[in-house]
Amino acid sequence: MSAAAPARAPWFRLRQPSALPGFCPTLGFALLYLSLIVLIPLGALVLRASGLGLDGIWQVATSPRVRAALEVSFGVSLAAAAVNSVFGLLVAWVLTRYRFPARRLLDAMVDLPFALPTAVAGISLAAIWAPNGWIGGLLAPLGIKVAFTPLGIFVALVFVGLPFVVRTVQPVLADLDRETEEASASLGATRRQTVFRVVLPSLLPAILTGFALAFGRAVGEYGSVIFIAGNLPFRSEIAPLLIVIKLEEFDYQGATVIASVMLAIAFLLLLTINLIQAWSRRRFGHV
Amino acid sequence: MGAAMSTEAMETVAIRAEGLEKHFAAVPALNGVDLDVAPGELVALLGPSGSGKTTLLRIVAGLDHPTAGRVFFGDEDATALPVQARRVGFVFQSYALFRHMTVGDNVAYGLKVRPRSARPSRTDIRKRVSELLELVHLPGLEKRFPAQLSGGQRQRVALARALAVEPRVLLLDEPFGALDAKVRRDLRRWLRDLHDRTGHTTLFVTHDQDEALELADRVAILDRGRIEQIGTPDEVYDRPATAFVAGFIGEAVKVPVTVAGGRVLLGPHGLPAPDGFRDGPAALFVRPRDLVAAEDGEDVADTMPLAVAGVRRAGPARRAELSIAEHLPAVEIELPPHVSPSRGDTLAVRFSTLRLFPA
Amino acid sequence: MSDAPARPRAEPQPARPRAVTRPARPRAVTEETTLTRRLLIATAIGFLALFVMLPLAAVFVEALRRGLDHYLATFSDPDTQAAIRLTLLVAAISVPLNMVFGVAAAWAIAKFEFVGKSLLTTLVDLPFSVSPVVSGLVFVLLFGAHGLLGPWLEAHDLQIVFAVPGIVLATVFVTFPFVARELIPLMQEQGTSEEEAALTLGASGFRTFLTVTLPNVKWALLYGVLLCNARAMGEFGAVSVVSGHVRGLTNTMPLHVEILYNEYDFVGAFAVASLLAGLALVTLVAKSVLEWRFGDALGQSRLH
Repeated sequence: MSAAAPARAPWFRLRQPSALPGFCPTLGFALLYLSLIVLIPLGALVLRASGLGLDGIWQVATSPRVRAALEVSFGVSLAAAAVNSVFGLLVAWVLTRYRFPARRLLDAMVDLPFALPTAVAGISLAAIWAPNGWIGGLLAPLGIKVAFTPLGIFVALVFVGLPFVVRTVQPVLADLDRETEEASASLGATRRQTVFRVVLPSLLPAILTGFALAFGRAVGEYGSVIFIAGNLPFRSEIAPLLIVIKLEEFDYQGATVIASVMLAIAFLLLLTINLIQAWSRRRFGHV
Repeated sequence: MGAAMSTEAMETVAIRAEGLEKHFAAVPALNGVDLDVAPGELVALLGPSGSGKTTLLRIVAGLDHPTAGRVFFGDEDATALPVQARRVGFVFQSYALFRHMTVGDNVAYGLKVRPRSARPSRTDIRKRVSELLELVHLPGLEKRFPAQLSGGQRQRVALARALAVEPRVLLLDEPFGALDAKVRRDLRRWLRDLHDRTGHTTLFVTHDQDEALELADRVAILDRGRIEQIGTPDEVYDRPATAFVAGFIGEAVKVPVTVAGGRVLLGPHGLPAPDGFRDGPAALFVRPRDLVAAEDGEDVADTMPLAVAGVRRAGPARRAELSIAEHLPAVEIELPPHVSPSRGDTLAVRFSTLRLFPA
Repeated sequence: MSDAPARPRAEPQPARPRAVTRPARPRAVTEETTLTRRLLIATAIGFLALFVMLPLAAVFVEALRRGLDHYLATFSDPDTQAAIRLTLLVAAISVPLNMVFGVAAAWAIAKFEFVGKSLLTTLVDLPFSVSPVVSGLVFVLLFGAHGLLGPWLEAHDLQIVFAVPGIVLATVFVTFPFVARELIPLMQEQGTSEEEAALTLGASGFRTFLTVTLPNVKWALLYGVLLCNARAMGEFGAVSVVSGHVRGLTNTMPLHVEILYNEYDFVGAFAVASLLAGLALVTLVAKSVLEWRFGDALGQSRLH
C-alpha cells in the first residue's frame, strides 16, 4: 500500500489503517487541549526551574526551612501510606470476603475521601482531633496532642490516602481464584499459612501500587492538612503550604523550586507504579 | 513402588463413601451416594454437569462437607478430618497453581508448610522436587513461573505438586478440561501410564465419556446426585443398568415404544421383547452398532423394516442412515457388501442388542 | 518412580474418635474462624468509623451546633451566595470542557492504533499526580504579574490569575482526567466492530458515534462527569493559589469555608462545608447506584 501511495506512506506507519472516521479531529483536539491545559503550564514550571540552574535549585531546596518542610511532607506521607496499606488491605479484605449488615454502606463510604472536598475534610478533622474535640478531648488528658502537631498531618493524610489502597486491592482480591486457596489447604497448609504464603503475595503488586498512589496523593495534599497541621515552620509545615507562603511573599523562585522537587517526585512515583505493573504483568500474567 | 504399595494393599478399600448427601440451600446436590474405591484403582466419576460429580470429589477431599453420610480412607473415618489432615492430592480443573511462585516452589509448597518437626530438610525438598518434575516429564523447569508454561505443562506441574505430599489418594477434577483435543489425548495416555507406575488410588471427575472409558478401571455414572451405575468400562458400555446410563453412554437414540404381549411395538412394526418385560410404555435406546441388516430368510417377526434416509460411501465401507421414527435422529449402520439399498428403500434390520427400559 | 524416597505411609495417626460429633455447619476451607472474621470486621468498621464516618458526621454536627437559625443565616450572607454562584459557574464551564475532551481523547485513543498512544494515555492521567498547589502555581507562573505572559497580559489589560479565568483554568487542570479515564478502558474493551458494522450499513461517522458508541458508554460518561463535577466544585488547593481570595468576587465555596473558618465563624464555615459534604454524599450515592445498577456497563478495568 505504501508503494501505491508513496506520499502517504509515513502516515500509515504512524497509525494503523482503520475504517472509522474522526481520528484526526479528535486526536488533534485532544492534543491541543492537553497542551494548552496541562503541558504548556507544566512546561512553564520546568522552564522557570531550569532558569535557576542546578546550583540554584539545590541552594533553595536545602535551605533549612524548605528542607524541613520536605522532610515533614515525605516522612509523614510515608507513615500514612504505610498505615493505609495495612488498614486498606484489611478493609478491602473484609468488604470483599465477608457478608455482614451495612457492608454496602461501608463500601460506598470508602470513597468519601475522594468525594469530600479537602477543605471540608480539613476543618472537620481539625474539629474532631483538636484538644477540645470529640477524640482530641479524650486524648488530651493522656497528654497526647494530635491536632496542630505532625500527628495531625498524619491523621489527615491517612484520611485522603485510604481509598487508593482499598480500591486497588479490592478488584484483585475479588478476582483471586478460590481454588488456589483450596489447593494450598489440600497440600496441608493451615489457614494462616495460606493467607500469608499464597493470598498476600498475590496481592503484593496491588498493595504496592496502592501504597505508591496513596503516598503520591499524601505528598501533594494541601486542603485537608493545613487546618489540622498547626503549620509551625520546621515542625508541622508541609511542602505544599510552603509553596503558598513563598508565593504570598512573591518568592516565585522558592515556590518554583519546591514545586519542581514535588513534580519530580510525582514523576518518579508514576514511573514506579508503571514498573510495578509491568513487573507484575510479566511475572504473573496479570496486574 | 511395590514396597510403598504393600501397606496400602492390605486394606480392601482405599476410599469409601457412605450415604453421602449434600444440600446447597434446599437444593440437593448429592442424594445418598455410596462408593467404594479399591487401593490402586483408577475410578472415573462421569456425568452431565450438575450431576454432583465434582461435589462428591470435593467432599472426599474435605473441601466441602456433606450434609449427611461419611467418608472413610481405609478403615479410618475421615468425615470430620479437615482437608489439611486428609493427605489427599487434589488437582483442580484450573490447576490453581500459585502464580507468584516458581514451578519448584509450587511443587515444594506442600512440604514447606509442614510443621518444622515433620518438614524435610531443604536439600531433601529440592531433591524431591526435581524427582517429581522428572516424573511428570518437566525436568529442570524449577525456576520457571506458571505464566511461562503451556496448559499441558501447567497441568503436569499441578499433578507433581499434588504428588509431593505423598497423598493417600489422588483426586482430579476435570484434569484435561482446559486443554485442546490433541494435548488431551496425549496427557490421557500419559496419566494412565503414570498411574500404572505409581499405583495411586485415583478418583477423577470428567464429563467426557471417551476419557472415562479409556482411562478408568471403573466408571461411576452420576445423575442428579445419585450414582446410576458403577462398573468397568465394558460393563457400563455394554450393559447399562438404567435408562439414564443407556442414553448417556454411546451415541444412543432414544425411541419411545410400547411393550405389549411380549412384543416391542414401534409404529406398525414390532420386535420380540425380552422375557418377562412388563407391558406398558418403554424407552428403546438404539446405538449404531445395535442394528444389523437382516440376512435373507430371517424370521420377519425378529426384524424391523426401516426407511433408508441416505447411503454414503466412507472409505472401504458403505453406511446407510436409517430413520427409526419421524422426528428422531437417523441411525447409521454399516452395510454388508451384498446389500445396496438406495434412498427411499426400506431395509430390514435385526437388533443385535435390545436396550429396553421401562419409561 | 521406583527410586522414589520411601513414603512414610500409614503412620499411626493420632486417634480421631470425634468423627461422630461433627460441628453443625463446618467452616469452609477458604474461610477464617468466626472469631478472626468478627475481629477483622470490627477492626475495619472501627477504622472506617474513626477516619471516614466521624469527619462526615462532625461536619453536620458542627454546622448545627448553634441551631438551625444560625445555620440558615450563613446562606443569606451575600458573600456566601456569591461563593455558591461562582462555584456553580466554574463547574458549569469546566465540566463540559473536560467532557468534550474526554470523549474526543477516548475516541482517538480507544478506537485507533497509533504511535505514542500509551504515552498519551499516561499524559492524560498526569494532572492526578500533580499536587493541587503545584497545579495552581503553574498558572501563576504563566499568567501572573511576574509570569511568562504577565507583561503581555497586563499591556492588553487582561486579568487571568486572581480572577475567574484563573479559577476556571486551575479547575479544568485538576479535573482534566476524570471523564477520559472512565471512557478509555471501556471503549477499548468494546472494540470497534459495532462501529464498523454501523458504517457498513451506511451510517455516517457522526451518526455512528451518536447511535452506536454513545449509548454504549453513556453510564460510564455519566459516572465520569459525576466525579469530575464533585472535584470541580470541591477543589481547594489549586483554586486557592490562583484565586487571590477576593470576597464576593473570586471566592468559591471551599475558599469561603477557609475564610469563615479563619475568622472563627465556625458555624458559618461548617454550614458552607455541609453543603459541600451534601454534594459529596449525593455523588457517592449516585456513584454507588451506577456501580450497582450498571456495573457491567461501566467496564471491568476501572480504577480511580
